Amino acid sequence: MNILEIENVTVNFDGFKALNNLNFSMKTGELRVIIGPNGAGKTTFLDTITGKVQPTQGQVIFKGRNLGNIPEYKIARLGIGRKFQTPRVYLNLTVAENLDLVVNQNKNVFPTLFRRPISGEKRTVAGLLETVGLAAKAELKAEFLAHGEKQRLEIGMLVAQSPDLLLVDEPVAGLTDEETENVGNLLLALAESHSIIVIEHDMEFVRQIARQVTVLHQGSVLFEGNMDQVQNDPRVIEVYLGKEE
Amino acid sequence: MNQEIGRIAQQKQKQQQRLIEIVVIIAIAIILGVIMPLALPVFRLKLLGRFLSLCIVALGIDLIWGYTGLLSLGHGIFFSLGGYALAMYLQLQLPEGQIPDFFMLYGVENLPWFWEPFYSFPFTLVAIFLIPGIVAAILGYLVFRNRIKGVYFSILTQAALLVFFHLFNGQQKYINGTNGLKTDTTMIFGTQAGSPAAQLVFYELSILLMILIYLLCRWLTSGRFGRLLVAIRDDENRVRFSGYDPTGFKVLVFAISGAIAGISGALYTVQSGIITPSFMEVAFSIEMVIWVAVGGRATLVGAILGTVLVRLGQTFLSEQFPQVWLFFQGALFLIVVTVLPSGIVGWLRTDGWEYMRSLLGLRQPIMTYPQLEEDPELQLEREELES
Repeated sequence: MNILEIENVTVNFDGFKALNNLNFSMKTGELRVIIGPNGAGKTTFLDTITGKVQPTQGQVIFKGRNLGNIPEYKIARLGIGRKFQTPRVYLNLTVAENLDLVVNQNKNVFPTLFRRPISGEKRTVAGLLETVGLAAKAELKAEFLAHGEKQRLEIGMLVAQSPDLLLVDEPVAGLTDEETENVGNLLLALAESHSIIVIEHDMEFVRQIARQVTVLHQGSVLFEGNMDQVQNDPRVIEVYLGKEE
Repeated sequence: MNQEIGRIAQQKQKQQQRLIEIVVIIAIAIILGVIMPLALPVFRLKLLGRFLSLCIVALGIDLIWGYTGLLSLGHGIFFSLGGYALAMYLQLQLPEGQIPDFFMLYGVENLPWFWEPFYSFPFTLVAIFLIPGIVAAILGYLVFRNRIKGVYFSILTQAALLVFFHLFNGQQKYINGTNGLKTDTTMIFGTQAGSPAAQLVFYELSILLMILIYLLCRWLTSGRFGRLLVAIRDDENRVRFSGYDPTGFKVLVFAISGAIAGISGALYTVQSGIITPSFMEVAFSIEMVIWVAVGGRATLVGAILGTVLVRLGQTFLSEQFPQVWLFFQGALFLIVVTVLPSGIVGWLRTDGWEYMRSLLGLRQPIMTYPQLEEDPELQLEREELES
């Protein structure tokens, strides 16, 4: 069964087509990497799925449900989690508090105000702290974390949402090689139980994690296939990879 | 296991802090409520009472601005709505069949319909916070639903303030326009509202309500809800993608903040003896924001401290240097904004303490990246080795 299906989606920003008749589908449990040159529409692609941008044409179908005109927070509750390009954690809250906000099972106003965290939620937070390797820094404000730790915290927050589909935008930008590998392993571990879309530039990293790769170009899908096929496709080489001498 | 122990220690520390806080609050309550009335002349006491009632609106502003990041320049609306509600009740304390004097001036013979409910004291008590709260909720809903924020929100609140100002200013027939409503000479429970006995009650009420509202704000900002407010302030989009709808939270906080302002306005009105549309002047609402900025945003205590300090300064300077005191006031704000961007309390909490130590000639503790000295990873290992 396909977890995500995108049919003929066009996003028109005042005449500029950020996405142009894009068709895309992925199966439940798949880890998909999306690559493409700058301006290919990768981030708009995620914006459309998460409801930040409404498609001018076409539809996004998630678990058989059309996501048109559903506000972002409801899409998030349906089971789509998104990680942004730069780590976006709440700097003035501690690591544990960051996770606790996302773990909260009833996110309406009054339950958030009156309900005390239940023990199941506390256990989830403790477990997640272990998973992302920040247990020792649980009570530290997130602003004191290193860049790589923030990335891991944000991935932790994503998982805390217990989504079915994870959208991850350039998770290793600005990380050291060692941290890149850590994040790669974390994503591979998550792929066991989630469907994941990763957007990435770092080809080294793509090679580490990718099984199926989609190449975007000028708002449409240029090519889809496994890593070897992608690297040998003449069109992909022309627009993106460049000729290796 | 060790983490458990650490957590218990932390809880103990938190309990201790809470105990200290309670002791401090009780001490302040005794000083303000018992010692001050004995020590200060009636005139000064009244002034202090007014400062304290203003502290309440500052708490409301801290809630919406300091914690949630929404700079409201229109709190004068809610402040005045609370004030007018109480003033209308007081105006109606007349012998059967009479209506307030000012209506005669404009040839009004029957009491306008919206005055009627204010015959009731319980209704008035509820109206003092509920009407401003509802107005804030409606205004907030319209603004937040459309994702208006930042400067645009501030401008909109100020525009709303102007609308309300002109509404009250222009309606002489209904609410006595520019002249406002006097409360000093009216009766409340058989005594004159301006009499020393009644004023003392209002003074004590201001202290009580200030403390209660402080505790309410503490409760609101300490749990998950409070952390979510900070999260909205820091990154609203992230909050949305985590499955929260920020609109509801912002509307609620804005409504609470408005209700708090209403209570403050009512207390201020009876202690000033009059309410006029001038309470809705732009400068006054901006001044409220300045109190919070001076004291320190997102600290609550800072809102109270800032209000008292700025108002005290104003009183002192305007008595000593009646011609130039506004310049001093301007200078004070400039200094605070440039030198202490996080306000007095914010500064004390970060590096003010060290600075004071160094002034006293004490050795300054070596400052490094705060977590280097006690790297939590190392700490954890150390604890594990020791046990």
